[in-house]
Amino acid sequence: MKLQRVSALIERDMRKFFRSPALMLSSLIFPLVQLVVLGYAFGGKIKGATIAVVDEDHSVESRRIDEMFNGIAAGAQTFRVIHYDSLPSAIDDLRTGFVRGVVEIPHDFSRRYYQHDRPRIVFTEDNSDQFISSSLLERAQEMTTELNTPNVSPRLEGQVELNVVEIYPYIEYIKYLLAGSTAMAIFITAMIGGGITYIDDKTRGLHEGYLLTPITKTELIGGLIGAGTLKAFMAGMSLIIIGGLIAGIERIWDPVRLVYLALVVLVASVAMISLMFLVMVRVDDPLVPRAIFGVLNMLLFFPSGAVYPVEAFPSWLRWISVIDPFTYTVHALRNLTLKNTGFAGIYLDVLILTGFSAIMVTGSIMLFKRQL
Amino acid sequence: MPSAISTGASTPPIVEVAELAREFGSRRAVGGVTFSLAPGECLALFGPNGAGKTTLIRVMTTLTPPTSGTARIGGHDIRTDPDGVRHILGVIPQAFTSDPELTAKENILIHAKLYEVPAANRDALIDGLLESVELLQFRDNLVRTFSGGMRRRLEIARGLVHSPRIMFLDEPTTGLDPVSRTHVWEMIRTLRDKSELTILLTTHYMDEADKLCDRIAIVDHGKLAALDTPIKLKDSVPGTEIVEAEFEGASPDWNEQLRGLTGATGVTEHDDVVHITTHDGPATVAALMDLARARKVKVKKVSVQSTTLDDVFLHYTGSALRDAPQKATYEPSPFSR
Repeated sequence: MKLQRVSALIERDMRKFFRSPALMLSSLIFPLVQLVVLGYAFGGKIKGATIAVVDEDHSVESRRIDEMFNGIAAGAQTFRVIHYDSLPSAIDDLRTGFVRGVVEIPHDFSRRYYQHDRPRIVFTEDNSDQFISSSLLERAQEMTTELNTPNVSPRLEGQVELNVVEIYPYIEYIKYLLAGSTAMAIFITAMIGGGITYIDDKTRGLHEGYLLTPITKTELIGGLIGAGTLKAFMAGMSLIIIGGLIAGIERIWDPVRLVYLALVVLVASVAMISLMFLVMVRVDDPLVPRAIFGVLNMLLFFPSGAVYPVEAFPSWLRWISVIDPFTYTVHALRNLTLKNTGFAGIYLDVLILTGFSAIMVTGSIMLFKRQL
Repeated sequence: MPSAISTGASTPPIVEVAELAREFGSRRAVGGVTFSLAPGECLALFGPNGAGKTTLIRVMTTLTPPTSGTARIGGHDIRTDPDGVRHILGVIPQAFTSDPELTAKENILIHAKLYEVPAANRDALIDGLLESVELLQFRDNLVRTFSGGMRRRLEIARGLVHSPRIMFLDEPTTGLDPVSRTHVWEMIRTLRDKSELTILLTTHYMDEADKLCDRIAIVDHGKLAALDTPIKLKDSVPGTEIVEAEFEGASPDWNEQLRGLTGATGVTEHDDVVHITTHDGPATVAALMDLARARKVKVKKVSVQSTTLDDVFLHYTGSALRDAPQKATYEPSPFSR
């Protein structure tokens, strides 16, 4: 393999790339918008959900519960309380969506409370929205626990306590999403700057000009993958830094971490561009890469754990995540951006991505047709 | 069929094509072609669209593998030593292959690197090539701003970057306006005059083949119908002049009567236009007018012209060149296979 020929093709692509900023912009804009919109949309806590409180007991104890709800409405603002006189009208409003939950304090609540006869509060929830209902339920359970706490603690504690220690500070969702958005930027550049550009050049006859020269197919694939990798690397690094600043990743300029981030972005770029070439190597129709863009995006991005943990997936989806280069990219980038693990947290991902790339490049060279 | 498929001069050939064939499924695009070229010679493959010229060029330039037969280009076999062939060939494909998003200089520079032209020589070489195609002043302009003629000239310059011994030009002036076409012709002539370059070009323009090349191969349905110098090809058509005429009120045996005209050597008819080949145009026309007057046939139009390559094509293939594209078979795009 003659490196001069490989570098000539890389030079050609890079000259075109720097001449037209459209590719870089299109590669960055979508992942950045995704990061900001999804990051803030999914990362916020539920606030201002309306709940109905129906106090049928009108006792001192029921007033205490009502005050606890009002306290949360004024403090954490998880919900807004509306008092109802009648349970049926509250339930009607729950069904029509005017309120998200109904808290019923039954008329015998205080009697049962003083008789230690399992006093009950009924929480009726609108479970059509899992996010809101689980958040309201969590708050309601916290209140119940507080109500059950004795005013005077016993001298010897007999109950088992669970002490939770969080080893990282609270992580906002936008920080969690940053790794996925970076992988997305690499993928988009690989798709547009690699796959689509390759097919378009082929259709325009530019490749015929190269096939007439003494270049070998290994040199040709090497040059095209090399150029695509450089473009994807630049897009990935731009996104991790710009996105990191937007998301508020601490010490993003830490040089050691930047080196590791560059390593992961580099191997991820090679993996995705070589995957793209394997898919496109026998394609001639310029509509094909455009048609499969969305499908590939869906197949690679979502099963990777970029937006939701892989552990929550059914087994068939987990299998996709196992062979998906996004999975290892997201895992390694998340280890670096959220946990700053250093090389120990990324070496396995780097190895897997390198092996994946080797298979893809070999397949591309084998399938590439040197003649028309 | 005449024995016009000759093999050039007595010097050892630089291009030898032997029974070269290329099939696409059941269709034979190139059917057992044999010819050779001497160093410094210019040969035109002349024929209509779909005749198999481009496929023949693609096979000879190693872009498409042959189904059978072979060719040796500069001593390198296209089957066993395609890399050797690529090193000594300069090819200008039919479609534009220069990159519109690069400048003229960058387009040549990338190819210079692909051919491993030494870095020390590149700048001077590129400027020299651009100057030779009168594009030096546009060296740093993007190719997307070039006209078709400028782009073709740039591609010719690019094809010369590695000092090839043989140049293949596939329909180099198709799609160009008359001024650009003349410009490209001048460049090809200059190339021939100033260097020992062997040139093989394909064309469906008879004047292009006639003016530029030493020999012309008539290509029809993937085969060589004839191959010789333009003069010999024209001489091989019976008669040296053609009388073209249109008549009104002619009897069914009219063409038979025309064969007896003074100097006439043959009569054919296409689209109600009668072509009379003759050794003496004016005498044939005079006799024609006398005959028409006597038979009360109205002569609507009559003209005399020298034998052209179109007449040669008609003579060897049985159809006029202008009719042939409609008969041409579909040649699949290399990217749709």
